[in-house]
Amino acid sequence: MSTNERYTILKDIIKIYLPEDVAIEAVSEESHFINELNINSAHLVDIVLDVEDAFDIRLENEDMDQMQTVKDALQIIDNKLS
Amino acid sequence: MANRVVITGLGVCAPNAIGLEAFTKALKEGKSGIRFDAQLRELQFGCQIAGEPQLTDEIISRYFAPLQLRGLNASGILYGVIAGTDAWKDAGLAINDNETPDWDCGIIFGTGILGVDKFRESIHLVDDKNVRRLGSTAVLQTMASGISAYLGGIFGCGNQVTTNSSACTTGTEGILMAYDRIASGKAQRILTGSCSDSGPYVWGGFDAMRILPRKFNDTPEQASRPMSANASGFVPGSGAGALVLESLESAKERGAKIYAEVLGGCVNSGGQRAGGSMTAPNSIAVQRCIEQALENSKIEKSEVDSINGHLTATAKDPVEIENWSAALNRKGADFPFINSFKGLLGHCLAASGSIESVGTVLQFKEQEIFGNVNCNEIHDKIGALVDASQIPRKTISKSPKIIAKASFGFGDVNACVIFKSFSD
Repeated sequence: MSTNERYTILKDIIKIYLPEDVAIEAVSEESHFINELNINSAHLVDIVLDVEDAFDIRLENEDMDQMQTVKDALQIIDNKLS
Repeated sequence: MANRVVITGLGVCAPNAIGLEAFTKALKEGKSGIRFDAQLRELQFGCQIAGEPQLTDEIISRYFAPLQLRGLNASGILYGVIAGTDAWKDAGLAINDNETPDWDCGIIFGTGILGVDKFRESIHLVDDKNVRRLGSTAVLQTMASGISAYLGGIFGCGNQVTTNSSACTTGTEGILMAYDRIASGKAQRILTGSCSDSGPYVWGGFDAMRILPRKFNDTPEQASRPMSANASGFVPGSGAGALVLESLESAKERGAKIYAEVLGGCVNSGGQRAGGSMTAPNSIAVQRCIEQALENSKIEKSEVDSINGHLTATAKDPVEIENWSAALNRKGADFPFINSFKGLLGHCLAASGSIESVGTVLQFKEQEIFGNVNCNEIHDKIGALVDASQIPRKTISKSPKIIAKASFGFGDVNACVIFKSFSD
């Protein structure tokens, strides 16, 4: 799976959690989940579970703490899959 | 001087119909919502039939955003949000999308137990040492007040947002709690109602108590037989009913349509004394509840035109009729009209009081008393007190002025509310 494909899958996961006033086009690799995309911390918990299911990986507590931006998430996924 | 309180919105998600129009038609025509339930057979229940609202993905998607549906596994929340949203819109109220909550609007929406299927899912994950996989909504779906929390958030209510729970009295009790809050000037509008989950984990305990009918698995529509000679237990049901109660002043100011006035009522308990127990009512308390409901509403016993009973189709139906007759001091052809919607709905438990109150109030608008089903042969003890003409077996044309609605619940708890056709 290429990084690009992973990014597409991740964006699909994020999409459903975006508040009404944030469009999917606004999501970039640099986006901060909570501060920029206005995703609340409870939903971040669910994004982690969706990521686990989509990539068949397991995220530990420290991974979750580090997962601040979309790029962080991609990095974590890359590390788990490599 | 207490504020007058009126009903300006109704919503319902019932076993025999979803939405007001379909529900009105179903009650009028005696359409049953009781069906065979394959899951109950698979699980070897004695009673393999139930009254469950027939939801589809299409209906659900009209009330919930995709995000709200993520991991949602609580049928009571589906029913409650559907009924609540319909009542809110029916009252002509807008969804508050300001940043400021509507301080005058509140929610009192009850349940017996919420999110049972979600709780089961969670128990399995926890037992598998997988608590980390519960997700963010396990708590929200299983806390009793989950239903009022969902509704309060959707509408942006800033007054009291709470959930009451008193077994099968819940829905009727909620109407009186909303009435009190508006009458005393603490709120202008309250969305009140109740919901009850579907499924074997809710209904199993009742099957174990052997109070559900077991001989109608092949003829489900005939199973629920309130007031009949061969009533053999209540059919388990589920769903939600919702009513918007509002101060008359606010309703007039908004130019809202008014279904009926809530004159007041009474809630009490028999204290599980004098024949009352965890599962049976103390008749003295039931009679006192009805009498005080009338007193509080300043209505004479002779003024009651119609009763919508609790009448679950168990051996207790004749006792309930005796209590109405004693409390109102009326019998024979002088007894008010009386009906039970449980013949069509089954017993929707915590949701019964609100679903049946919605039906009761619709009778004012339709100028009809909806008929009883499965009651061709009236129970002897009931027939001895009530003339058959007062137990309509078909919907009849009649404009009631005063209708009494009562619900009774496990724990020996009672509620009786008095509705009046609206006039200024």
